[in-house]
Amino acid sequence: ASPIPAPNPRPDIAYTKIFINNEWHDAVSKKTFPSINPATGEVICQVAEGDKADVDKAVEAAKAAFRLGSPWRRMDASQRGKLLNRLADLIERDRAYLAALETLDNGKPYAISYLVDLDMVVKCLRYFAGWSDKFHGKTIPLDGDFFCYTRHEPVGVCGQIIPWNFPLLMQAWKLGPALATGNVVVMKVAEQTPLSALYVASLIKEAGFPPGVVNIIPGYGPTAGAAISSHMDIDKVAFTGSTEVGHLIQKAAAESNLKRVTLELGGKSPNIIMSDADMDWAVDQAHFALFFNQGQCCCAGSRTYVQEDVYKEFVERSVEKAKARVVGNPFDFKTEQGPQVDEEQFKKILGYISTGQREGAKLLCGGNPAADRGYFIQPTVFGDVQDDMTIAREEIFGPVMQILKFKTIEEVIERANDSKYGLAAAVFTKDLDKANFVSQSLRAGTVW
Amino acid sequence: MAALNGAVENGQPDKKVPPLPRPLRSLEVKYTKIFINNEWHESTSGKKFPTYNPSTLEKICDIEEGDKPDVDNAVEAAKAAFQRGSPWRQMDAPSRGRLLHKLADLLERDRVILATLETMDTGKPFLQAYFIDLEGCIKTLRYYAGWADKIQGRTIPVDENFVCFTRHEPMGVCGAITPWNFPLLMLVWKMAPALCCGNTLVIKPAEQTPLTSLYIGSLIKEVGFPPGVVNIVPGYGPTAGAAISTHDSIDKIAFTGSTEVGKLIKEAASKSNLKRVTLELGGKNPCIVCADADLDLAVECAHQGVFFNQGQCCTAASRVFVEEQIYPEFVKRSVEFAKKRLVGDPFDARTEQGPQIDQKQFDKILELIESGKKEGAKLECGGLAIEDRGLFIKPTVFSEVTDNMRIAKEEIFGPVQPIMKFKSIEEVIRRANSIEYGLTAAVFTKNLDRALTLASALQSGTVWINCYNALYAQAPFGGFKMSGNGREL
Repeated sequence: ASPIPAPNPRPDIAYTKIFINNEWHDAVSKKTFPSINPATGEVICQVAEGDKADVDKAVEAAKAAFRLGSPWRRMDASQRGKLLNRLADLIERDRAYLAALETLDNGKPYAISYLVDLDMVVKCLRYFAGWSDKFHGKTIPLDGDFFCYTRHEPVGVCGQIIPWNFPLLMQAWKLGPALATGNVVVMKVAEQTPLSALYVASLIKEAGFPPGVVNIIPGYGPTAGAAISSHMDIDKVAFTGSTEVGHLIQKAAAESNLKRVTLELGGKSPNIIMSDADMDWAVDQAHFALFFNQGQCCCAGSRTYVQEDVYKEFVERSVEKAKARVVGNPFDFKTEQGPQVDEEQFKKILGYISTGQREGAKLLCGGNPAADRGYFIQPTVFGDVQDDMTIAREEIFGPVMQILKFKTIEEVIERANDSKYGLAAAVFTKDLDKANFVSQSLRAGTVW
Repeated sequence: MAALNGAVENGQPDKKVPPLPRPLRSLEVKYTKIFINNEWHESTSGKKFPTYNPSTLEKICDIEEGDKPDVDNAVEAAKAAFQRGSPWRQMDAPSRGRLLHKLADLLERDRVILATLETMDTGKPFLQAYFIDLEGCIKTLRYYAGWADKIQGRTIPVDENFVCFTRHEPMGVCGAITPWNFPLLMLVWKMAPALCCGNTLVIKPAEQTPLTSLYIGSLIKEVGFPPGVVNIVPGYGPTAGAAISTHDSIDKIAFTGSTEVGKLIKEAASKSNLKRVTLELGGKNPCIVCADADLDLAVECAHQGVFFNQGQCCTAASRVFVEEQIYPEFVKRSVEFAKKRLVGDPFDARTEQGPQIDQKQFDKILELIESGKKEGAKLECGGLAIEDRGLFIKPTVFSEVTDNMRIAKEEIFGPVQPIMKFKSIEEVIRRANSIEYGLTAAVFTKNLDRALTLASALQSGTVWINCYNALYAQAPFGGFKMSGNGREL
């Protein structure tokens, strides 16, 4: 594998405005908001602040691009795929720049932006490029002399509201399927991390997508986001973010035009370590499951259930590993953990840590800010966590690991499923039957 | 290739028309050997065979002549490349797709070279090789590149306590025997799906037209397919071809060619190791023109449908059924089209029709033309070779053709358009379905009910309504009855 190119920690920021019809616009209100570098707390630059008026403009552009007979509607499905592949090519071309921009705005280590985020973005776009001319309908033999067939047609104007934890990747997850199927998009990017997505907008234009097919609006949830979820001319809204906001979006969709809603929300995913698991591997993976991306993953393994026979050893090794985790400047290749994304998250996580201590969980390492500047938090491990503690029930979204003890399989399944969440889960065992039994019993979208 | 029926041009905002590509005038043929394990080999026997340019009747070059020992070597290489744990077996599915995409990129890069070689070897007009054959190759490769990581199995809730799932696994070593009418395109139709699914290949291209198939071997290597994944053995049917269809270590054979040889292949497969067989064979495809059709559209589509590629298409519209009310007008306009068709040097940008592929085909076509005259069909135009021009035949139209004539029953594979008359839909359905072929059919009508009735009544793998030769990578293709077994694409 070729080495990662050295990053430019001060990348030029070329795109800070609202992207509509393949052009750059100031906000109708002329307002701007700052995007902050979480490693230093300093302002990177000002970005146009989109609000309802800008969303309205974007929706008009998207509707025009979706009119029957438009270039986008007339385009062969395979040609849509070609454009998506071209976008993937351009992202590959500018991979180092995008990775640096992502790290600057989000704080995740540059090596990970480059090797993981950007890699997955390119692969996602190429995957959906391949699907574009393979969405089949059916011909159906009805009763009577009828010719019956289904066609899979695009939904229309798709509102997409994306989060700050994986800015580029969440953008690709939304754009890939929507564009492969011929939809048009009005996307609001997270106010914490607008920069990389806006750069991708310039690549969307360069790749040759017709104007109005993709429109991107930086702005805040209660203003631009709400304008999208309650818009009468948006046919579908896809949201990734907190469960709290997910409720608001679904409500707004119902109260406006019953637009279709898909939600990717939070999780408190159980990671179940059986006593026959490969201990080294389990410790390693459980550490990764929680601490990856500064703990800011919807699928973070944030309830680590360890079978009692191996509990003591597992806890010791996990604490060792957490203490060894290198926190620092995300542009440094040695760094494994960067800062949390902003002050709000920073304070919230520290709040959970003190709640954990107050409620009687055993703080085994960490627990404090890791630096004087920026939003760094020490990798933190709590042992002897009980199911009813706040830190075992609520999503912390930070580098705070909860380790709980269990006796039997039936018990752990019940406890794992006792949550309003159900995004992901994991099982570590060498036994085939246990693996099948547990994975089929867990109420989770994905079981690893 | 299809009559676009006035459809709006594909959604590109930039409407610039690019300049026409030009063929390479003195192209050196670099690849003339047997391609095994990403290396070029001489034949075990030391024998070579010539390949000719059908426009000039000159030999282009000599090609290594593969026979059973060479096929055996190729199969060994393909088997090794398919071993569990091999680089090809270990490669993840999206990476297979990336390789197919890169192969498409290289075909785009070398498009002029490949189109020139194809024209030299087949005689098809250069611009058609460039815009139709090569376009189809590139799009087909990209289409299958996209499928590679989407071949999904299922989990199935069987009775009792079982975890049950299906996996779609590659078959193994696939033999592919390809024809001379669309040498590179027919090769890509076999290669792309096979490689997409993780198989390995042993390919025998037609002896008349090995050049582009061998060139693609060099691109396979350049792209980085592991050695042994694709192997190409040029040679003859009764030797190299038979070695493939009878080989005990080949898991499947795909053949495109004549029905006559298709039968031999299926027989050989059953007598050896019951290898899976898919066949794309001949056709005697009905083109049904109803009185309410858009007559200009029907005439043009029927014309291109039969004369395209010098008439050398399995999809050739070689029985044109015209409803009697419009019959005289249809014949008149078809003859006008045929007379205007420009026959000449395939490297000339104005040429629409080149020479037939070889003397054997040429003789067969002229013989069938003579039979038409003898059996009482009315020769409207053409009907003979172009004097002193080797393998070129004048675009020929017969009218007053009846179902019992040889030109109405046998696949001509040449520039000959037999036009017949019909009275009723029921009659034309019966007549269209009355032969042992069933590859494609076309219907020209504006009436919705009639179109749907004919589409379901015709015993034909593909039915085109108000268009012809609308062939795309996304849609399956294959025949009913003796036009073939199984489907490609």
